[in-house]
Amino acid sequence: MKYLLALYDDENQWMNMSEEEMGEVFAAYGAYSEALVEAGAMISGEPLEPTHIGQRLSTKDGKLIVQDGPFTDTKEQLGGYYLIEAPDLDTALDWAAKCPGATHGVVEVRPVWEM
Amino acid sequence: MKYMILVAETEKEFAMRNEAGTPAFEAFMAPWFAYSSELAQAGVIVGGQALMGPETATTVKIREGKRIVQDGPYADAKEQLGGFFVIDVPDTETARDWAVKAPTTKTGHTDLRKVMPYEEGA
Amino acid sequence: MPGDTQESHALAESIARTSYGKLLAILSVRLRDVNAAEEALSAAFEQALKSWPDTGIPKNPEGWLVQVARNRGLDRLRQKAVHDRIEPALTLLAEEAAEASPDNLFPDARLKLLFVCAHPAIDPAMHTPLMLQSVLGLDAARIGSAFLVSPTAMGQRLVRAKTKIKQAGISFDIPEREHLEERVGAVLAAVYAAYGTGWDGDHGTDTGTAGLADEALFLGELLCSLLPSSPEAKGLMALMLYTASRRDARRGAKGKYIPLDRQDTGQWNRQMISRAERLLMEAHALKKPGRYQLEAAIQSAHTKGRLAGRTNWPAIQMLYARLLDLAPSLGAYVSHASALAQMGRHGDALTRLEAVANQVGTYQPYWAVRAYCLRQAGRNFEAAKAYDMAIGLSEDASVKAFLRTEKARLAHPE
Repeated sequence: MKYLLALYDDENQWMNMSEEEMGEVFAAYGAYSEALVEAGAMISGEPLEPTHIGQRLSTKDGKLIVQDGPFTDTKEQLGGYYLIEAPDLDTALDWAAKCPGATHGVVEVRPVWEM
Repeated sequence: MKYMILVAETEKEFAMRNEAGTPAFEAFMAPWFAYSSELAQAGVIVGGQALMGPETATTVKIREGKRIVQDGPYADAKEQLGGFFVIDVPDTETARDWAVKAPTTKTGHTDLRKVMPYEEGA
Repeated sequence: MPGDTQESHALAESIARTSYGKLLAILSVRLRDVNAAEEALSAAFEQALKSWPDTGIPKNPEGWLVQVARNRGLDRLRQKAVHDRIEPALTLLAEEAAEASPDNLFPDARLKLLFVCAHPAIDPAMHTPLMLQSVLGLDAARIGSAFLVSPTAMGQRLVRAKTKIKQAGISFDIPEREHLEERVGAVLAAVYAAYGTGWDGDHGTDTGTAGLADEALFLGELLCSLLPSSPEAKGLMALMLYTASRRDARRGAKGKYIPLDRQDTGQWNRQMISRAERLLMEAHALKKPGRYQLEAAIQSAHTKGRLAGRTNWPAIQMLYARLLDLAPSLGAYVSHASALAQMGRHGDALTRLEAVANQVGTYQPYWAVRAYCLRQAGRNFEAAKAYDMAIGLSEDASVKAFLRTEKARLAHPE
């Protein structure tokens, strides 16, 4: 099965990081991505720019509404994702737990809809 | 530049995932097929995936070295992530035009996020 | 040898009553889908009622039912597979089905299902209901009434949980060693929840969930046999047996509540007690203490104390202190204070109670123990107020009556 690991974390913590700390985080994600590739579990994955660069689009009374990020009151926002291949949820949860995002944020694991 | 288009659907739309083969399902899917084939024909699509509903979601976090697993999606919201597309386009304006066209812009909402550029092998 | 219709019906009915859960467990593990297993099993029973009168009752009726249900389940999955394009999974299932005879599946299919039911990705509130339905075959109405939820609502929650098991792809394998202990803990907690909050120490009431005590005892025995090296499975079973042994003695005429120190020990179930003692010893020999073993040891001390005519409160006090280190809870805290009070250390008990005063909310035992301590300390006015709180917060009429009598003794000191 395919699973999406959606990484939610406090995007402000990134802005308050020193160059060195940032380097460590990138290294941790790099190692994690490599492990996924090695295990043959990696399909794709991307980090995202902070929400203030993003936009939310919806329609009200037939009119387009454009809202700049952050979109929710929660501290945590979607910061990136991995799409992985795993035989079952338990294996997907194991991968999610190993993701650096699980320690400084929350990882949501969702099965892909195979139409 | 790469962008992620995240589509947020309502409970009604998620329920449709179990209605395969019905006319209602066909009607629900038609705009999605049209949208994704338009993205494909324009040659901008990099990837994408539809997701099972939020009731199938599980969250994982590590706190004080302990794994905490919970039933349900992370966000407590009416409209939940139902799928995503990753596109490669020259600028934000083009990306936004594509995001606006996603069917959820009318039924739920659509988020446009810029993918962080990184050097290959860095 | 064709059997007669009546005999076939009687046999099918008796299998449904005694083995439904076992058969469902086997099928759920095979098909990796609890809903599909239920459907297939009920179709197999229907088929049995139709064909047994003509063909005769098969030599191994349970094996026959599993075979028919599994074939049917696989057929249905195959039809769906064409639709869902899940061929690889299907091939695997077919291979497994070919190699497995129903008999060698019997031992651990139910264990696998127990782990699935208490999976961390399933809402913990649904662990127990799922177990009761899929392992014991209880219907949603019965489970709903025990959890004070309408049958419809319970039915919907059960379907939702089973849908998640299937759609999210929860594994039906025994968890890896790394997570095994935690997962066993969740299974034990769900069984204990079935036993009911009603048997919470000696202060609780047994309204609401009391009806599931027998089911919990059955699940507990099952766990002891499936997890022979788990000291906590034995500890939980011993704990449930100690309290169950007093079931007949807890109620007097007209259902009046009788606290432990006034129960007629002649009404205690000695068989349950000796089985509990044996389990606790076996658990102890495994040298890995845990919350259930400690709670069982406390109940053991109470039982021995009553039988010997003298309760070893210092030992009970120490066991509660260890329990608080391992698994702190308000209940254990209050019970610890109660043990101190029984040792004559009312002052220490009251100090401890006051330390948690801001988090007791509507926890009735707190007020009952506090009232007792205050009475012992001769603080009658405050004791009367605490008794009123304890009476007001109690759900059980016979507990209320007992506490009213206790309160009345304030005005008429012996």
